[in-house]
Amino acid sequence: MENHYDHLQEMLTRVDGFIYPNEIELHWGILVVVYPYVTGLVAGAFILASLERVFNVKVLKPTYHIALLTALAFLLTATLPLVSHLSQPGRAFQIMVTPNPNSAMAIFGFVYLWYLMVVLLLEIWFDYRRDIVIWSREKKGLLKWVYKIMTIGIFDLSPKSIEWDKKIGYFITVVGIPSAFLLHGYVGFIFGSVKANPWWSSVLMPVIFLFSAMVSGIALVMLVYMIVSFIRRVKIDMKVLDTIAKYLFYILIIDFSLEALDQIHRIYEAEESFEIISLLVSGKLSITLGLIQLFLGTLIPLFALGLFQLYKPANRIRKWVYFIVGFLVLIGIFFMRWNVVIGGQLFSKSFYGFTSFKLQLIGSEGLWMAILWMVVPVLILAFLLWLLPPWKRVPE
Amino acid sequence: MPIQIKRHLIILAILIAAFVVFQQLMIPESFGELGHYRANSLEDNELFDIHYAGQESCYECHEDISDLKEMDLHYDLSCETCHGPGTDHNLSPDSVELFIPDDRNFCGLCHAKNTARNEDAVFQIELKEHNPDKNCTYCHNPHAPWELRNQDPQEENF
Repeated sequence: MENHYDHLQEMLTRVDGFIYPNEIELHWGILVVVYPYVTGLVAGAFILASLERVFNVKVLKPTYHIALLTALAFLLTATLPLVSHLSQPGRAFQIMVTPNPNSAMAIFGFVYLWYLMVVLLLEIWFDYRRDIVIWSREKKGLLKWVYKIMTIGIFDLSPKSIEWDKKIGYFITVVGIPSAFLLHGYVGFIFGSVKANPWWSSVLMPVIFLFSAMVSGIALVMLVYMIVSFIRRVKIDMKVLDTIAKYLFYILIIDFSLEALDQIHRIYEAEESFEIISLLVSGKLSITLGLIQLFLGTLIPLFALGLFQLYKPANRIRKWVYFIVGFLVLIGIFFMRWNVVIGGQLFSKSFYGFTSFKLQLIGSEGLWMAILWMVVPVLILAFLLWLLPPWKRVPE
Repeated sequence: MPIQIKRHLIILAILIAAFVVFQQLMIPESFGELGHYRANSLEDNELFDIHYAGQESCYECHEDISDLKEMDLHYDLSCETCHGPGTDHNLSPDSVELFIPDDRNFCGLCHAKNTARNEDAVFQIELKEHNPDKNCTYCHNPHAPWELRNQDPQEENF
């Protein structure tokens, strides 16, 4: 019992003001920050890919397959931060086995599955089918069999059959856009629908999550394109970079406006929770929200990208600035998730006090675990780019 | 219908069939009998050890304390709030002793000055100013805090 009180007293040193007992320790740590971040990258990367396919932005062709494979690599690991957060992997299957239609969180498993199996895997398959068949004939050894299995036994490369691939691929992309919106809007909905938490409960939350997802996904694909070109020692097509940067700029403006609207709305409404939220924003979240998310992650990128719409300096400078901007945007959006997930748990629902979050380094909820779930998708992406290299596709 | 679609429909059908079989095998016994959970989990929960005995069981032996407590402001605090879970003590009162808090910080958990705490509901003091060199129990009887004592608590039975 003494241990219990010692622990309580230690925890209470982290508390300011009054707080309910179950709010002293945060239930959702950094892994729950990583999860919407990774899901957002998926949705954003896919939407960039669909720009080329559905909206016919031909300049973006070199990034189309990179964007799709990036989306797949990150989607494959999107739920793993949650599984390790639960610490009982079996529960991940329980939500599928005994689906609860009344729970937004429980149904997410099916939204995820729809997006993975019906949208992303199928789209990539139809897109690569011709190449997979050709590779399955050309390659030797184990790889030959891998490609053979991937053909699922269809080796028909007649023009009619290829035409069908294109048609179906296009159709799946069209279905994929609302699905990508659903996937990430859903993540925002899970937070936005928690009516007991005034920091989360906002009808704008799904839309904000969606646009910030697009921002982060586009920035990621831009970086992946630059890094892949660097590794392959090929020249970066500046037209592609400029076009991606242009879309990044537009979406960033929308994202910034939506978040500003959300905050202005809170300030003007000034509900009873407003005082604690303004203390939260000016206090515990001042660095992660004010400095990192707003200044480094939004204003500097907006300024740099905006400037380049009017004035274009030399390619070398633009390349570096795009690289830095992409990096800043990715960090900014990560901290946007941080500010939502962690920020929403730092203040008491009595509105009279705060607790603190102390990030552990090791352990199943620690920083290293979070880094692991950020590194694994990058490794998967490297593998996918090796297995299905977009630059080695056989020209028609 | 092109062969691609046919083949994928077959795969989809196989996956759905596999899922349904998997689902039937994985649904836990007694799931859904009482609601969207395993009815057996109630029995599982019953098997957990009981730690808190409840204050009625304390009063069976400590009637004097119950009378004292009823008279003063701590009347609505359960014994185990301060003394910790008491089932073991309840079962073997001679061999298991309960925790007796004797620390200013312990009382401070509720009574230390905290601007966010409702002053009308909980009496609060500045721990650093209010007789800082004495234990709270030197003057206050924790069971009846307003019955101030003017003798050494060691000599008094409480």
